Amino acid sequence: MTIKYKTIKEIKKMISQKEISNKEIVQEVYKLAKENSHLNAFVTLNEDNSFKKAEDLDNNPSGSSLAGIPIAQKDLFCTKGLRTTCGSKILNNFIPPYTATVIENLENAGCISVGKTNMDEFAMGSSNETSYFGNVHNPWGEKLVPGGSSGGSASAIASGIVPAASGTDTGGSIRQPASLCGITGIKPTYGRVSRWGMIAFASSLDQAGPMARTVEDCALLLNEMCSHDIKDTTSLDEDIPNFEDDLNQSLKDKKIGIIKDLDLSTLNNDVVAIYEDSLEEFVSLGAKLVDISLPNLSLSVPTYYVVAPAECSSNLSRFDGVKFGRRSEDPKDLEELYVQTRSEGFGDEVKRRILIGSYVLSAGYYDAYYKKAQQVRRLIKKDFDEAFSNVDVIMTPTTRGPAFEMGSKGDDPIQMYLEDLFTISANLAGLPAMSLPNGNIDNKPIGLQIIGNFLNESTILNFGHMYQTKTNWHMYTPEGVKK
Amino acid sequence: MSWETVIGLEIHAQLSTKSKLFSGSSTEFGAESNTHVDLVDMGLPGVLPVANKEAFYKAIRFGLATGAEINQVSSFDRKNYFYPDLPKGYQITQMTKPIVEKGSIKVLTDEGEKVINITRAHLEEDAGKSIHDLFEGETGVDLNRAGTPLLEIVSEPEISNAKEAVAYFKAIRQLVTFLDICDGNMAQGSMRCDVNVSIKKADDKELGTRAELKNINSFKFIEKAINYEIERQIRLMENGESVVQETRLYDSEKNETRSMRSKEEANDYRYFPCPDLLPVVISDNELQEIKDNLPELPEEKENRYISEIGLEQSEAKIISSSKTMANMFEEASSRTDDINLVAKWLVGDVSALLNKDNIEIDESNLSPENFGKLIERISDNTISGKIAKSVLEEVWENGSDVDEIIQTKGLVQIQDESLLEDIAKKVIDSNDDQVTAYKSGKDKLFSFFVGQVMKETQGKANPKSVNEILKKLLK
Repeated sequence: MTIKYKTIKEIKKMISQKEISNKEIVQEVYKLAKENSHLNAFVTLNEDNSFKKAEDLDNNPSGSSLAGIPIAQKDLFCTKGLRTTCGSKILNNFIPPYTATVIENLENAGCISVGKTNMDEFAMGSSNETSYFGNVHNPWGEKLVPGGSSGGSASAIASGIVPAASGTDTGGSIRQPASLCGITGIKPTYGRVSRWGMIAFASSLDQAGPMARTVEDCALLLNEMCSHDIKDTTSLDEDIPNFEDDLNQSLKDKKIGIIKDLDLSTLNNDVVAIYEDSLEEFVSLGAKLVDISLPNLSLSVPTYYVVAPAECSSNLSRFDGVKFGRRSEDPKDLEELYVQTRSEGFGDEVKRRILIGSYVLSAGYYDAYYKKAQQVRRLIKKDFDEAFSNVDVIMTPTTRGPAFEMGSKGDDPIQMYLEDLFTISANLAGLPAMSLPNGNIDNKPIGLQIIGNFLNESTILNFGHMYQTKTNWHMYTPEGVKK
Repeated sequence: MSWETVIGLEIHAQLSTKSKLFSGSSTEFGAESNTHVDLVDMGLPGVLPVANKEAFYKAIRFGLATGAEINQVSSFDRKNYFYPDLPKGYQITQMTKPIVEKGSIKVLTDEGEKVINITRAHLEEDAGKSIHDLFEGETGVDLNRAGTPLLEIVSEPEISNAKEAVAYFKAIRQLVTFLDICDGNMAQGSMRCDVNVSIKKADDKELGTRAELKNINSFKFIEKAINYEIERQIRLMENGESVVQETRLYDSEKNETRSMRSKEEANDYRYFPCPDLLPVVISDNELQEIKDNLPELPEEKENRYISEIGLEQSEAKIISSSKTMANMFEEASSRTDDINLVAKWLVGDVSALLNKDNIEIDESNLSPENFGKLIERISDNTISGKIAKSVLEEVWENGSDVDEIIQTKGLVQIQDESLLEDIAKKVIDSNDDQVTAYKSGKDKLFSFFVGQVMKETQGKANPKSVNEILKKLLK
């Protein structure tokens, strides 16, 4: 009995039917992790604790919803006693004294956190090439990037090591790697999942969410991850539905918004064809296509690249070598302590964004950049509000193309930033959005994005699940279609 | 040429909340280094601030007491700069929407009463402390103070001289202590201020270039620093030079101000709205409740003392001048029916001692409770007024308990009439000449006999009884 490529639902059944013990599951996870060590998906493994928890579960079986489910946690969530690097040299030695709320929620539901996954440094990147701990490889092709920043999580699922992982999404960091690795991932409404213990990149955009093989599994995970947390004042005090309840609702007469302002001509032809096939599939499920307009959508990327760096330039100020993390050796004075620690500790992309952020917030430039960006952000949000008055969901391709080769975006950050063209607007508007596999190009997976209205995760999960009952793109693995 | 001085003050008052502005840690002063510090105060990766509503309530009290506008929706911004005792690399403050705006306060100056306008009062978190002299070649950081709530009270540039600045600071201090929102303890740094000073020619409309004097924490130094700075600026202008905009540090030992950093070297704080905190909303009900529970303010107290208790205006003014003084009055008044006795002691002996030492009442060793005891012992005839003076002096010196002083020194007044009569007889018997003279009409000698009895009893005799006994015996 193997758990490779199995879904959470399948593993739950295996456990309940005693086909496999919790300890055997953990053994298999680490066996698979070692077989796939070339993927570099993990920064730190959590073997001792995981075996202990599995043995406890074998001795005292638990009825918790996710009891014994192995999960990989993005190395951006603080985990008490377990090194948390955020993909950065500056946190190379950081062992947090506390655990993030979302990790606690998952562990309370019975999940076993088997390790911490590699990621772009401080979640800044779309290819996992900015990690201090080296590139993550896409299981679909040795030279391919897995996407980013939650690339380690996506790679660990796509390679079948784990059925589930946590991710975070600031501009597409769950959805883009999900698309490039052929798995399903959802960024919930901003505020659904507590940010306590999530190392901040851009606080007003960051949101944690689940990554898994199916929409159904994402719903299971999301049920446990969401909570109202008094330690995070931006966490929403709203009812949290059971996200499994509406999965099988009929899509008859439901409306899918198609953004008519979207210029698909710059996309890979195959991406467009696959996207259009998917829309046909939804029409055959009873849904209707409705043209909508999001006139300010084209401003998303520039807006994002003002707001996110601004917040990150401030959020990352605490990494100064004074209190925690890495400190440069023998600075001659305070100034040198700061300069050396931060020069040595941060990678190029992080430095670039700190510079951009400091610039757009500085006296004399604030109004032209940061303030303007905030105004545009409100307009983008308003566009979505209007669109959702008439449709249930909005669909776009998740990415402009399938996984690209490492190094292929060269030194042009703009090319890399455009990777998030379709995903960024949901973060700016705080809306829930999902990516799920909807095709294959030269044996490289590609995803469909479904954006939902505020707090309406259930609707996008419903659309996604119905699609997965009719198609088998989510069954594709690098080793062929799963039986 | 005559120069006009323009001064504005930024006063930082530490709000007396139990916990910090954004964490549950205690704000208690004087604890062992880094013991009142939690994950949030350390600025660990992934932590988030949660605003303490109590700090808002206290700030609102200040706003209401100064007739200010209260922003029922106020928000926080980040002020970014690097310093080792600033754990997050930014301070959370209220830049764009402060909780309090446009208030004013009456200040008593040499020229009479003057209204000074308050531009704004906003909430912000304090930094920790860098300790440079404890570790050889190294700097220590104590984060106990980091995150303590401060109310920064910014005045309009309407103060005309150093004395007025001190009077304004004193008025603010009096108010915040009456409002019970700050303990006003300058020595512990509960109140500090930055002073903006500029000069201009009398008929100039525009303000001159200002210098900012940083972090002064005593009335004496505010006055000295401002006066030094005014002279420095006048000297520059009269020599044809100009004042540069800069931050200056006052050195109290040398009595001079020194340049800390110029405008060019000044930090660009890159303020922006703090994305971790939603705007804080104060409901109408909350606001009303604060209004309804506003404590009695100095002016109201003064008026009540005059109209209800019947004090003279001059007495009422002195007694309501500080929270501690008023507390003393109220404490002592609850222990005696003789309100005039209480007022007399406060306005007389206590005030004289304050003037002699040139200190404020709450810098003294006298507590309201101890003062109350002193009055009670006078009024129940345990000690005489004269003995009371010496007791007060001792309390003033070392803060000892009034009853303990009376006990250990055996100062209890002699009430035993037969004992006093024996002593009086002895005095009369051994002073034949004076007795004769008195009886022949030298009435003034009566006080001689009183004095002798007092001397014999080390002042402990009840003067009223002594008078009566002597009158009877010398008939």
